[in-house]
Amino acid sequence: MHNEHTNQHFQLRIDNGEYIEAKDYMPDGYRKHLIRQISQHAHSEVIGMQPEGNWITRAPSLRSKQILLAKIQDEGGHGLYLYSAAETLGISRVELIDQLHSGKAKYSNIFNYPALNWADIGAIGWLVDGAAIVNQVSLQRTSYGPYSRAMVRICKEESFHQRQGYEIMANMMKGTKEQREMAQDAMNRWWWPALMMFGPHDTDSPHSSDAVKWKIKRETNDELRQKFIDKTVQQAEIIGLTIPDKDLKFNEKTGHYDIGKINWDEFHRVINGNGPCNKQRMEHHIKYHNEGAWVREAAEAYKKKRLAKQLEIA
Amino acid sequence: MTQKEALFQYCLRLGDNALILGHRLSEWCSRAPFIEEDLALTNMSLDMIGRAQALLKYAAEVEGSGKTEDDLAYRRPEPKYFNHLITEQPNGDFAHTIARQLYISTFEYYFYSDLEKSKDKTLAAIASKAIKEVKYHLQHAADWTIRLGDGTEESRNRMQKAISDLWMWSGELFEMDEVENSLLKDGIAVDLIPIKALWSNHIKQVLTEATLNMPEEDYMQTGSRKGIHTENLGHILSEMQYLQRAYPDAKW
Repeated sequence: MHNEHTNQHFQLRIDNGEYIEAKDYMPDGYRKHLIRQISQHAHSEVIGMQPEGNWITRAPSLRSKQILLAKIQDEGGHGLYLYSAAETLGISRVELIDQLHSGKAKYSNIFNYPALNWADIGAIGWLVDGAAIVNQVSLQRTSYGPYSRAMVRICKEESFHQRQGYEIMANMMKGTKEQREMAQDAMNRWWWPALMMFGPHDTDSPHSSDAVKWKIKRETNDELRQKFIDKTVQQAEIIGLTIPDKDLKFNEKTGHYDIGKINWDEFHRVINGNGPCNKQRMEHHIKYHNEGAWVREAAEAYKKKRLAKQLEIA
Repeated sequence: MTQKEALFQYCLRLGDNALILGHRLSEWCSRAPFIEEDLALTNMSLDMIGRAQALLKYAAEVEGSGKTEDDLAYRRPEPKYFNHLITEQPNGDFAHTIARQLYISTFEYYFYSDLEKSKDKTLAAIASKAIKEVKYHLQHAADWTIRLGDGTEESRNRMQKAISDLWMWSGELFEMDEVENSLLKDGIAVDLIPIKALWSNHIKQVLTEATLNMPEEDYMQTGSRKGIHTENLGHILSEMQYLQRAYPDAKW
């Protein structure tokens, strides 16, 4: 009875457009949904450091090396404040990382694809971050306060990432024949996975309905995907890249681009573990996490010794 | 050796130190013990690459042959690189990276404090930016040396081993040849002799607080002033220069 009342009150607050804060009442389902979503988002930022990190040591100029380093640091920083946002919901970093390693928590499927040439760094910034921004701009108005505030910060930096990614692509398209080939090759490999980042079609999305009711999610997968397609197609044309979709055409009636069929079999196959880099990404994270255990233990032991000494003095 | 040649060489040495150490630190990306530390190490890498860019740009200007900082970074072979051998040593475990940072950042702290007073205005400006970064790098390295030295038994053993393993590369930091000597005369270069004592004192102080022993071996490996490196540099450069070498006509 009490629960029903508080749940109604909660929904009223949501309907009034109020933000929910960490100490406010929230239904279990809301909390669980947020932990799942925020931790997935945090893990994506962290796992995303791997494909981009793959090119730091080979970045072709000192300027591009610095931009890439700064960008990857931003991603790591996003991971950090998303972990903090998740922690406000009563889960620890250790638990979050355990869930990642056990497979209970996911990360964005896009990072199960490899970064094979330098243009991939452009494509990741332009397409992957570009798709992420569309989603994140929408999430700035998400109903959970700490998540919303994290998104506001993240969006500022992501738009810089998208521009630098596009700049790499544009430069390469102005370059030698080999550079243009690299750029188109990256486009061909990243376009469809980028579209899949928005998740299944609205009719097939398992998480959408509650998330919309709670205003965690403000726009549907298909609405967001369409926004991304509309802005990206034109950007590709400007620099002479071809979108790898023979069915792509502008629909005069709707004012949007129609696209061919997304290969959802591939999406499900990769999400379920059978992508080019699933094992590699997870093994990498686990390996270095485990290798760093002695450092974390030492830091902990040192902190305890320090505290004990302070107590002695006091 | 003309003054111009000496200054060019001096800038290369400093620029190469920053570039190669920056490269090594960047290898930590996604591999650190936890995410905050990942960010700290790559942030220091970013400082280093930025400093390398400024120094190599100035080197190119001094040389006056129309090259860019990227030409110098990406088109020189190993024997034309003049970074200290310690900068190219592999990251090893976290303790080795910290020991390398402790030795180098302590050196750089005294070095750049002094270079700030150089009569060469460009070097002085680069130094005054560098010193702000180096202070943080040194604090980071000293804090970790103490934490690991005085942490668990395992961390103490690892830290002691790293401090000892890297010791033989530390002597080179203080080598002076005609490049330094001729620039020192004009108030451009830093005198490394007084820095050596300051360096030893500071290292000793940190190690004492970390409950670690100061190495006593006196064998010091040398070579980099003449462009003679360890086997590591060839691998670093073949990775770093890959795109520029494979597509020499491309602009990035």
